[in-house]
Amino acid sequence: MLAAAATVSAAALALTGCSGGSTNSDADQKVTLTFSQWWAPEMPSGALQKIADDFHKAHPNITVKLISAPFASLQTQTISQAASGTLPDVVGLDGSWVNPLYKQGALYNLSDAMKAAKYDDSDLASQVAFKGSTYMIPVVNFVYPLFTNDAILAKAGIAAPPKTWSEFTDDAKKISQSNADAKGWVVPLGTTNPNGVQNDILSWAWASGGSMLANGQPKLTNNPDVTGAVNMVKDLVNSNAVLPGANSLQETDKVTNFVNGRVGMMIDSLAHVTTITKGAPDLKFSVSAQPVKDGYTGTKGMLTASWGIGISAKTQHAAQAWQFIQYLMSKDTNSKLSTLANGFPGNKTSKPDFTGADAHFQSAFDIYQKSKPVNEFTGLPAADQLMTSFLTEFQKSVAGQESTATMLQNVQGQWKKQF
Amino acid sequence: MSTSPSHTVMTTMSAPAGQRRPRFGSRGRLEPYLLIAPTVLLVAGLMVVPVVIVIVYSLFNNVVTNQNPQFVGLTNYFTILSDSSFWNAAGNTAVFTVASVVIHMVIGVAFALMLNSKLVHTLPRSIFRAVYVLPWIFTASVVAVLWRLLLDPSGVVNFLLESLGVLHHAVPWLGTPATALLAVTLINIWSGYPFFMISLLAGLQGVPADLYEAARVDGAGLARQFVSVTLPALRPILFSMALLDLLWTTQQFTLIWATTGGGPIDHTEVLSTYTYKLAFNGYQFSLASTSAVLILLASLIVAIFYVRQQRKESQ
Repeated sequence: MLAAAATVSAAALALTGCSGGSTNSDADQKVTLTFSQWWAPEMPSGALQKIADDFHKAHPNITVKLISAPFASLQTQTISQAASGTLPDVVGLDGSWVNPLYKQGALYNLSDAMKAAKYDDSDLASQVAFKGSTYMIPVVNFVYPLFTNDAILAKAGIAAPPKTWSEFTDDAKKISQSNADAKGWVVPLGTTNPNGVQNDILSWAWASGGSMLANGQPKLTNNPDVTGAVNMVKDLVNSNAVLPGANSLQETDKVTNFVNGRVGMMIDSLAHVTTITKGAPDLKFSVSAQPVKDGYTGTKGMLTASWGIGISAKTQHAAQAWQFIQYLMSKDTNSKLSTLANGFPGNKTSKPDFTGADAHFQSAFDIYQKSKPVNEFTGLPAADQLMTSFLTEFQKSVAGQESTATMLQNVQGQWKKQF
Repeated sequence: MSTSPSHTVMTTMSAPAGQRRPRFGSRGRLEPYLLIAPTVLLVAGLMVVPVVIVIVYSLFNNVVTNQNPQFVGLTNYFTILSDSSFWNAAGNTAVFTVASVVIHMVIGVAFALMLNSKLVHTLPRSIFRAVYVLPWIFTASVVAVLWRLLLDPSGVVNFLLESLGVLHHAVPWLGTPATALLAVTLINIWSGYPFFMISLLAGLQGVPADLYEAARVDGAGLARQFVSVTLPALRPILFSMALLDLLWTTQQFTLIWATTGGGPIDHTEVLSTYTYKLAFNGYQFSLASTSAVLILLASLIVAIFYVRQQRKESQ
């Protein structure tokens, strides 16, 4: 019923002109491209529209009509629009949606579009590909560094943010023991939005050069990096060094509790710096790289989430849609877009403008440039389902119902079915 | 006056048969169908078509994400019915629903009696009525945010219970497996009782005062009056409301999704969250459709009872 209702509502949207607003496929004729995304609500008011208007000035025959919705509602909307064949011409994509959309045949092959436009893709920082062809391009990347509350760390006698897993564990425990009003760390393990798995559990393994995959298949068992990360988080939860109620916390709860001084440390999106400084102007905090496994000396991994972009397979204006994407990925526009979004550019030659920006952005950009951006869930089949099953088993393990080895074995079994 | 009743009757009776409006011509035959056509189209478009699509989906292997789905008959039904998670969700739904409906009814009756009592002055009664109805005004999302704050380990509920010495340590009510289902049920009870209260209050105001007077003359006390006069008078309303509440609560989604997401582990997983996860987390639209059809069948049974009850009342 859900799917059908969604399909019907998507069809209704199409009828009301929210999709497929193009007028003619001829390159000389005026064309209106529809572009669905959750970016506009997360940017300063009117900023994305200004970029679309600038594109129109440079390409007078192409008008971009923005279809903006919050992230959570856009996911279901996009999947159901793909099912009913009413996807907008250009589609904002998250790494966790791209696989099912690709399987549905709903996305245009961007490698073909690039080839047709004779586009040199060497400036693109990354591309999401299936069977050798690109279907999503990350436009802006959001990094997830370690945030530490300077005052809380100082009160616990900690001079600098931790750099290794053991330092992090010790610091989290020290803060929790020395401060009655604060806990060392906040780890959201709620399943409403199960991204705590990537942000707060597996990111520890990725930061230390580890991987949860081997040859494109899940590799959770007999994996010291993943086992180590799971054990560390489990130890911190069981030793009461994290904010209580982790099982029902969400990503937004991290920022709220950090701003309120209830936690000393969190791994969170750099995009939340503005929220923190607005919420607590006097709060002194630092941004540093996510601690790595003791003894690790390789390139650090840095968790990223992206605003991705793709083209609908049903579009009548693939060439014009690609022109718009090419514009967004151009050096200047991509710099402007990433600056406005408080993220880092998807074009390697672009640089965000830190003039007048919070100093934490520059610190994080320095870390970003020395690190390897990583998010292994991007492009995986049913990424949300993978994370939900991981969280459910992890919660069982924390509750003492199963060992870490059994937990990882169970998750491995469930993941294999999805792959 | 020429418009007297007798004259009118005479005129009608004397009208020639040939001048009467034809009842069985082609226009006459089509007219009723044209009149009901908008409603039929609306119902078909918004209800019948989606339901049929879902039933068809449930008979194919992974529709939507699979470009060439194959007909698999009842395989999806066997898969869902042999899934322990489905039965866990069904069990949680039963506990959540039955507890909510029963307590909604008890609180609804109690508050309606209080608001109908002449012992309470008009002004405080109006204030109480406004206050008691408040939970029903909030949307499920607002209720979820509100109660997440109240039940937080550093929230008001834990503070009060700790201050009163009932608890030694704060309890994460929504994050603890043992208390999560109880917590979401309490939230649902809080947000849903005003509907019962208002409807029952309307019912109470319609009970004739003579019945109470006669009961008092016969020596009935307050308890006896409640059992022998109030309850029989409210029975049709109570029955209808209970059935409606049963249907609504079985389908409760937003509240649970926004508070626990079906966790911790799967202690608050209900059929609606189970189905949603199949569709939008796992992109298994055929299995989600199968689960939806099973929920539809269960709801149909309740709906049939409801319609029968309504028919009986109208007779």
